[in-house]
Amino acid sequence: MATTLTINGTTAAHDVSPATLLVDLLRDGLGLTGTHIGCDTSQCGACNVLIDGVAVKACTVLAIGLDGAAVTTIEGLAPKDSAGALHPMQAAFREHHGLQCGFCTPGMVIAGLEIVRRHGHGVDEATIGHELEGNLCRCTGYRNIVTAISAGAKAMATASMGAPIDA
Amino acid sequence: MREFAYARPDSVAAAAAAFAAGGEAAFIAGGHTLLPAMKSRLRQPDTIIDLAAIPGLSGVTRQGDMLWIGALTTHAAVATDATVAAAIPGLAALAMLIGDPQARNRGTLGGVLANNDPSADYPAALLALGGTVETDRGSHDAADYFQGMFATALADGEIITRVGFAVPRRSAYAKFRHPASRYAVVGIYVADTAAGVRVAVTGAGPGVVRWPEAEAALTVSFAPAAAHGLVLGGDLNTDIHASAEYRAHLAGVMLERAVAAAV
Repeated sequence: MATTLTINGTTAAHDVSPATLLVDLLRDGLGLTGTHIGCDTSQCGACNVLIDGVAVKACTVLAIGLDGAAVTTIEGLAPKDSAGALHPMQAAFREHHGLQCGFCTPGMVIAGLEIVRRHGHGVDEATIGHELEGNLCRCTGYRNIVTAISAGAKAMATASMGAPIDA
Repeated sequence: MREFAYARPDSVAAAAAAFAAGGEAAFIAGGHTLLPAMKSRLRQPDTIIDLAAIPGLSGVTRQGDMLWIGALTTHAAVATDATVAAAIPGLAALAMLIGDPQARNRGTLGGVLANNDPSADYPAALLALGGTVETDRGSHDAADYFQGMFATALADGEIITRVGFAVPRRSAYAKFRHPASRYAVVGIYVADTAAGVRVAVTGAGPGVVRWPEAEAALTVSFAPAAAHGLVLGGDLNTDIHASAEYRAHLAGVMLERAVAAAV
């Protein structure tokens, strides 16, 4: 069956079986391996992507059910013409060392964008910590992730590329 | 997951017809219960009928003393809706405790109530507040809707369209969450309603139930002190997360917290 999706700004029809999860279409079908599969039980958040600007767990969404939607993955956050520049939330993770092994990081960055969407650029660190309840990191102890999201949220208020592309 | 046929009807009638067409069919809304169950092969439907394209099944309206919420309304929407917050703030707070932010963006009220997981949150609210589950075939009173573990008054293929919650004088929910699954180890919804004080318990036993002893105590005095020391009776769950004895005690603690939040 065909489902038409706009993925990181590119609209195309994708032929998928109904049982294809969004994360499998992204990784196996399109080679967008930045979206990770951690637990595959919608607990760890490594597979977070934006669907129409809202963060969801791509391991628990059928691709066929998203016909017409816009999907943004970690690969789509920085504008295509940015010559290697990062989205401000990504840059904040690098600046503040918000990762160690990096496996959870794409999902954490997407979660950070979701936090900004719902709580604004001045979101406090206690709120960030609470809002990360759906994302597991087994390396960092979260301290630097919270710092990074706080800094990224503030940077997005002024950066020219503050909003992720979603169409 | 095993492969299946997929249908995306644009009306409730078409969805019901697709279900009636035969085979083992399942409706999908947010999918955050069904898809994990399919991954672990607890469910292996032949056909998935996606309700997401049917218009008019989400949103919130208040009509007098009833708060109506569409079946496809997400937990995130309930948690942040101004009408819900004004009418039943305890219900908005409950929705914010379901799963995690990403799960709340997909999971739906109707999906939770159709599934009736014995540790789900909404069943406690609906049973305590009182109300109505409206479907494509009629309606079910909240008092008769829940029929034990994963069992409801819904007939095979019956589709929830919207849910009415009776607006109470005051109410609140307190939940001890399993730290990984986010389901309730024990959850207590307490409501001070026109029909009296009602207390509903989820997570503790094989299905959501009222707690008459707690209701009697709070009828005398709707205050945390009246809940202090109460221990839940009955046939409670024992599993790797908590013993029955632990849950019985935890229910009293959650009751006290819920009343403190409500007053």
